[in-house]
Amino acid sequence: MAKLSIQDLKKIKENAAKGISLRQEQGRIKVTVHMGTCGIAAGAREVMSTLVEEIAQADRQDIQVVASSCMGMCSSEPNVTVQVEAEEPIIYQKMTANKMRQVFKRHILLGEVQTDFALAKM
Amino acid sequence: MREIALHILDIAENGIAAGADTISILVNEARKDNLLKLEIKDNGRGIPSNIFKNVTDPFSTTRTTRRVGMGLSLLKAAALRCDGSFDIESEPGKGTKVSAGFRFDHIDRAPLGNMADSVMVLIAGHPDIDFIYTHIIDENDFVLDTSEIKKELEDIPITDSSIMLHLSELIKNALKDIELKGKMS
Repeated sequence: MAKLSIQDLKKIKENAAKGISLRQEQGRIKVTVHMGTCGIAAGAREVMSTLVEEIAQADRQDIQVVASSCMGMCSSEPNVTVQVEAEEPIIYQKMTANKMRQVFKRHILLGEVQTDFALAKM
Repeated sequence: MREIALHILDIAENGIAAGADTISILVNEARKDNLLKLEIKDNGRGIPSNIFKNVTDPFSTTRTTRRVGMGLSLLKAAALRCDGSFDIESEPGKGTKVSAGFRFDHIDRAPLGNMADSVMVLIAGHPDIDFIYTHIIDENDFVLDTSEIKKELEDIPITDSSIMLHLSELIKNALKDIELKGKMS
């Protein structure tokens, strides 16, 4: 069986080591991608992998990504909920990779809620 | 679903919703036998027998947000329309195993798609759950076990975004490798 080699694992660890000092403030921002059957069929996976890429690029360790199930709004999937610290969570609807990038750069990094894509405030 | 990898992601999410802490995913591309086989196994709470008999009926669901449940019925329909097979076994308290087979060269078979992203998204969204992902292409295979990775990482969270991207890249390369090995032999 071909497994992950020790070398691969070492490389993974090295890659992560640079961010350790920043990790105390983990979870300040929580982004939930709704991953029910409806969300997945509508493109939630691409939205989530784009989000992970953006977080890596911005080198932020304080943003927590969570997958959750469908919230019953299947027709507006993929839905993404962004919660910044104590602020009210914002649900975004009909997300795509590009909209996710915009929400990340504007809302998550700069605090400007992207009302064009918003479905509701919780 | 445009990709079989999306079905896999969906069924794995079911296992997580059932309270599993370990999910095993097996993709077996038996190309020489013209077969694509999937197996998704969880150690969640299992499916009660009164629900089990209707489990692939789209109008039967345990969810409370809506009255339809599509996941298993979609996979079953996708497999059967490709001269394939579908099976689900569940034992309350022990877990559930979903298996599906597709005729590999069937014209209606969706592409396998981006398995690396499906697995990466599962790990990223559920840091506390262990995933064992095995991918076989004819006689070559590749295994990724997140419990081993977590052990090696020690106190660094596996969900760190740079680790996630690295893992996705690693899976992509490993799949290319085993595919190439098969072609050369």
